[in-house]
Amino acid sequence: MPIVVEKLSYTYMQNTANAHTALDDISFTVGDSEFIGLIGHTGSGKSTLIQQLNGLMQPTSGRVLVDGYDMNDKKQRAKGRALIGMAFQYPDYQLFDSTVFADVSFGPRNMKLDEAEVKRLAAEALELVGLDPAEMMEKSPFELSGGQKRRAALAGIIAMRPKYLVLDEPMAGLDPGGRRDVLELIARLRAELGCAVIMVSHSMDDIARSAERIIVLNNGRIRMIGTPEQVFADTAELTEIGLDVPKPMQLAAMLKQRGAAVPDGLYTEESFIEWLGRAVKHA
Amino acid sequence: MLNDITLGQYLPGNSAVHRLDPRTKILLMIAYIVAIFLVEKMPAFIIIAAFILAVTLTARIPLNYLLKALKPLRFILPLMFLFNLLLVRKGNLLVDWWIIKIYDEGIKNAFFIVLRLSTLVVGTSLLTLTTTPIALTDGLEKLMAPLKLIKFPVHELAMMMTIALRFIPTLIEEADKIQKAQLARGADFESGNVIKRAKAMLPVLIPLIVNSFRHAGELAMAMESRCYHGGEGRTRMRVLKLQWGDLAAALITGALIAAILLSQRFLF
Repeated sequence: MPIVVEKLSYTYMQNTANAHTALDDISFTVGDSEFIGLIGHTGSGKSTLIQQLNGLMQPTSGRVLVDGYDMNDKKQRAKGRALIGMAFQYPDYQLFDSTVFADVSFGPRNMKLDEAEVKRLAAEALELVGLDPAEMMEKSPFELSGGQKRRAALAGIIAMRPKYLVLDEPMAGLDPGGRRDVLELIARLRAELGCAVIMVSHSMDDIARSAERIIVLNNGRIRMIGTPEQVFADTAELTEIGLDVPKPMQLAAMLKQRGAAVPDGLYTEESFIEWLGRAVKHA
Repeated sequence: MLNDITLGQYLPGNSAVHRLDPRTKILLMIAYIVAIFLVEKMPAFIIIAAFILAVTLTARIPLNYLLKALKPLRFILPLMFLFNLLLVRKGNLLVDWWIIKIYDEGIKNAFFIVLRLSTLVVGTSLLTLTTTPIALTDGLEKLMAPLKLIKFPVHELAMMMTIALRFIPTLIEEADKIQKAQLARGADFESGNVIKRAKAMLPVLIPLIVNSFRHAGELAMAMESRCYHGGEGRTRMRVLKLQWGDLAAALITGALIAAILLSQRFLF
């Protein structure tokens, strides 16, 4: 069963002079094990929207159904929330326990599983993100490097075995190498656990590389929704709301201007390089 | 979740009261407190009330803010009133019923203490309502400058206060995010007894404290890399300068004290 968002609207500080509509009539569904990229300018409502998904915020009107659980209902919300793993921008917002292992166990323990099961899930999660469970029994989360912290924080989420993984700019503040590592990690987690991923990102390239479907938010409304081909085909529309297209497409457009016959839809580095290889060979 | 906490109660404005030098306002507030303690006869509170009203109207502060200032006293005021009413055993006995004995001095004392406390709190709240926290620290730093002679770290203290104020909104925002991150991992802050709930706050408090140390380190680095080396020889962006308004305010407050003293002597 999917996540269904129905006519969701949200207004900050409703009924005051400072009322501000952050989300306006949003509807979409997230299918099982689908990878959705959520893009939009700063202030477009991305963060507000993903907090609605697991009931951290409640809509002013409309509703969110997670596998049929209505997130407006307090009792059903807890059940729906257990299905959604949510990772925030910075791992520092999450890590607290004396050892990394204990920290990763926090989620499963809150699910009231027995101790052996908690340990098993934590160890598995650590292994999945590429950290050694035995070593992490002794290490404090505050001794980890930046990249390791991010992995530990992700482990803390996937230890709960979420059916949906919601990621708020998981690559914020990382260099290109770090970004690629995290992206690969997310792809691997999705393959191993079969979970759906909803990822917010500023980087069109990261989204182009991973997402199966893209939702473009602008001023709290869905401006575009579709496959990367469909969304990135409309460069004019994206530029109008202040978003870029992926770098390979920018390069393709420049080449086209100079008279090169570049096909449409080369929005990832890989496809661009492949085309370039063929083109050079033929030339 | 935490965004309904209001810190500092500064109400932006550009009235004559807002424009006063913070040093003047701090000193006049002290004079005002002295004035309140000079009041010995009940009717003199009318003069104090008139003064408060005049300042509030000049500063264009809605009158209900004065009531808000009294809110923290909503338990202590009735308690003080009752204590004085029931425990003062002086003057003429008015009511004698069971263990309750009320004397006329007690009634007088009860009203007196309530009036004194409320005028004290309401009057001083006018200072924080019309002065930004930063201006207040600036003013305090200047006023305490003579303490440097006895090696009291005035500048450092003021800088610490400024930084602390600057970081309050940041920390609130962070606390909110951390709380959400832990909620998303199934943390439960709302059920259980007091001890259980306090324990449930640990996953929020620890990252918050760790992060604030990190902020402190980063800020120190940023300040040093811009050559901050303490208060020695440092110039200011906003130079405090006394104006005619400050003199007027001082005269008006002086008149308040004189009015209280004279009226108690000759009028009431």
